[in-house]
Amino acid sequence: MSGQSATALRRQTRPQIATTRVLSWGRYPKTAHTHVHRPAWNDQVPEILASAAADSLLSRGLGRSYGDSCLNGGRELIDCRRLNRILGFDDASGIVRCESGVTLSDIIDISLPRGWFLPVTPGTCFVTVGGAIANDVHGKNHHRAGTFGSHIRQIGLHRSNDGLVACSSLENADMLRATIGGLGLTGVIAWADLQLKRVAGPWIDADSIPFQSLGSFLDLSRDSDGHFEYTVAWLDCFSGRNPRGVFFRGNHAESCGKEFRPKRGPQVPFPPPAWMLNRHSVRAFNNAYYKLHARRKGVAVVPYDSFFYPLDSVRQWNLLYGKQGFLQYQCVIPETNLEAIEELLDRVARSGMGSFLGVLKQFGSAPSAGMLSFPRPGLTIALDFSMRGERTLQLMQSLDEVVQQSGGALYPAKDARMSPALFEASFPRWRSFVPYIDPKMSSSFWRRVTGAR
Amino acid sequence: MMANGVEKMKKIVILGATSGIAVEVERLLARQGYELLLVGRSPQRLQELRADLLTRGAATVAVYGADLASVQQHADLFDFVQHTFSDYDTVLSAYGSMHEQKDSETSVDVLLEELQVNFVSATAILTLFAADLEQRRTGCLAVITSVAGDRGRRSNYVYGSAKGALSLFLQGLRARLHTAGVRVITIKPGPVQTSMTDHLPNSARFARPEQVARDIVRALERRSPDVLYTPKIWRYIMTGVRQIPETIFKRLSF
Repeated sequence: MSGQSATALRRQTRPQIATTRVLSWGRYPKTAHTHVHRPAWNDQVPEILASAAADSLLSRGLGRSYGDSCLNGGRELIDCRRLNRILGFDDASGIVRCESGVTLSDIIDISLPRGWFLPVTPGTCFVTVGGAIANDVHGKNHHRAGTFGSHIRQIGLHRSNDGLVACSSLENADMLRATIGGLGLTGVIAWADLQLKRVAGPWIDADSIPFQSLGSFLDLSRDSDGHFEYTVAWLDCFSGRNPRGVFFRGNHAESCGKEFRPKRGPQVPFPPPAWMLNRHSVRAFNNAYYKLHARRKGVAVVPYDSFFYPLDSVRQWNLLYGKQGFLQYQCVIPETNLEAIEELLDRVARSGMGSFLGVLKQFGSAPSAGMLSFPRPGLTIALDFSMRGERTLQLMQSLDEVVQQSGGALYPAKDARMSPALFEASFPRWRSFVPYIDPKMSSSFWRRVTGAR
Repeated sequence: MMANGVEKMKKIVILGATSGIAVEVERLLARQGYELLLVGRSPQRLQELRADLLTRGAATVAVYGADLASVQQHADLFDFVQHTFSDYDTVLSAYGSMHEQKDSETSVDVLLEELQVNFVSATAILTLFAADLEQRRTGCLAVITSVAGDRGRRSNYVYGSAKGALSLFLQGLRARLHTAGVRVITIKPGPVQTSMTDHLPNSARFARPEQVARDIVRALERRSPDVLYTPKIWRYIMTGVRQIPETIFKRLSF
């Protein structure tokens, strides 16, 4: 119950020096912010927007974007994590209404016992609904269900110039399409209605199959799309042009006698020294991972969390990359251009700088729901690179050439360094998004790729 | 649970229900099927909170809008409780305010408001509930004070003295209600990451409200302790801090 007068006083005396360090998931770049607002209630948001300067704010959730799209260096952030109330859940229709800071994990907790699950989920459940909308995230069922944003029925959006605006396919449809994939720039999401999907329980019929070339991956992927709701592959990024990997596919299991117990794994306590993660240790890990799965291949009934969120079992795994942090490179390349994909994998393998996580997935053809959505038909590849300064950036630039020539695109949620030219090539219509940006909002990413103020 | 027939408490009145710590306590209680009566200033926030708690599993959630700092509003609130929630067995008081210490050094109005919210009004409302529980010879009063009340510090002594006075008040109240079988729990959190402390330096290192809430719920469900420090390390820290002689303490800058 702090008095308004004191709050106002505090705001006047706030120093305009950027001292609050806030990082993204990749812990690169290292940025400082002048202030982080932490509204706990939606009624506090209009005042924050009203008292801010132009281009000074960015809304942020759990900060699981890897690069600088969740950063606003030298300016202010609105941390939405305390806006975490679930405002309603209709058991009959499966529509959940929640504030923007509610996490996907929270939604699973209340909905799965009642037979409902997320229509689309990324590889971690520790993201907010606001973040999932702002990046129009995708999952292992992209070929069936499209992106997260296509399951959003309605949102309430705080705008600095016209208050709380309801957006759906019936009213302010353009603003909804701009906000989905809009990188948090169109305003602060007050609440969202998400359509969940019916499932029988927490179990997944999972199947894993080793493969030894891009061709066999594509065959597996095409064969599986019709019969499996979820498909994704892990890739050994040291194996080059003819990548070996493990193809995972699965469906929700009808029923299972086993009792479900959610697990809680260990936490990485601090960043280990950089030398621990070298090309030999990482190569050995990839080798072991492949051999393990090649031996374990076959069908099993597994709990949903180990199927969808294997990395969530090690909390703060991003610290493993050490103090310098890491970069993720996620691109999509048209399927017609297999040589480009091979060339890209070859460059990664030759650099010897690859890492644990190589992910390969064939996107479906469903149009994405947002103006700036990343998913589009083609193969998407995600690779982690430990940040080792200039040579890491040079390697990624050489990958950019391949992506740009192939007519592909890069994913803003994972990016900390793409050039304005590549952004333009990836999102040729970004200028038509600009009118929907809230005049008070901006981000490090947006200024970097568009040259905005 | 002990074998001597401790009654499971299931109906709770929460004063200052929209505060950062209270919200997390309510979520845990909701999951355990408590019936809740939420008291707070903003009817709109109470409604949002009510929806959230019902979705997360609370049996029933009633709300009542009142500014607890205003003692004149207490009678109506207490009347409401007597009529609609009379068989409550626990009261958790979680409201408070923390101004910038500097403001209450330069403005007597701010100083008096700080004492009114954190001490005067709290003793007033607790006196009403204490009399009721004493007469019914059952129940529990749990009140959030602060480690800041254990020692007057240069940087926070106004808030600290209000919370310290409240802790003293609860000591006496505990002794009085003990004979009637009514529990009084003094909850002393260390610094917690909530809206109340965002303006303090290093607030990112404070305890998470979920962690403090877990400790509080555990204390509500057990017979001990009378005084809960949360996180637990603060019991040891404050034991040390209380030992420092005043002649040294006055020279410390924190």
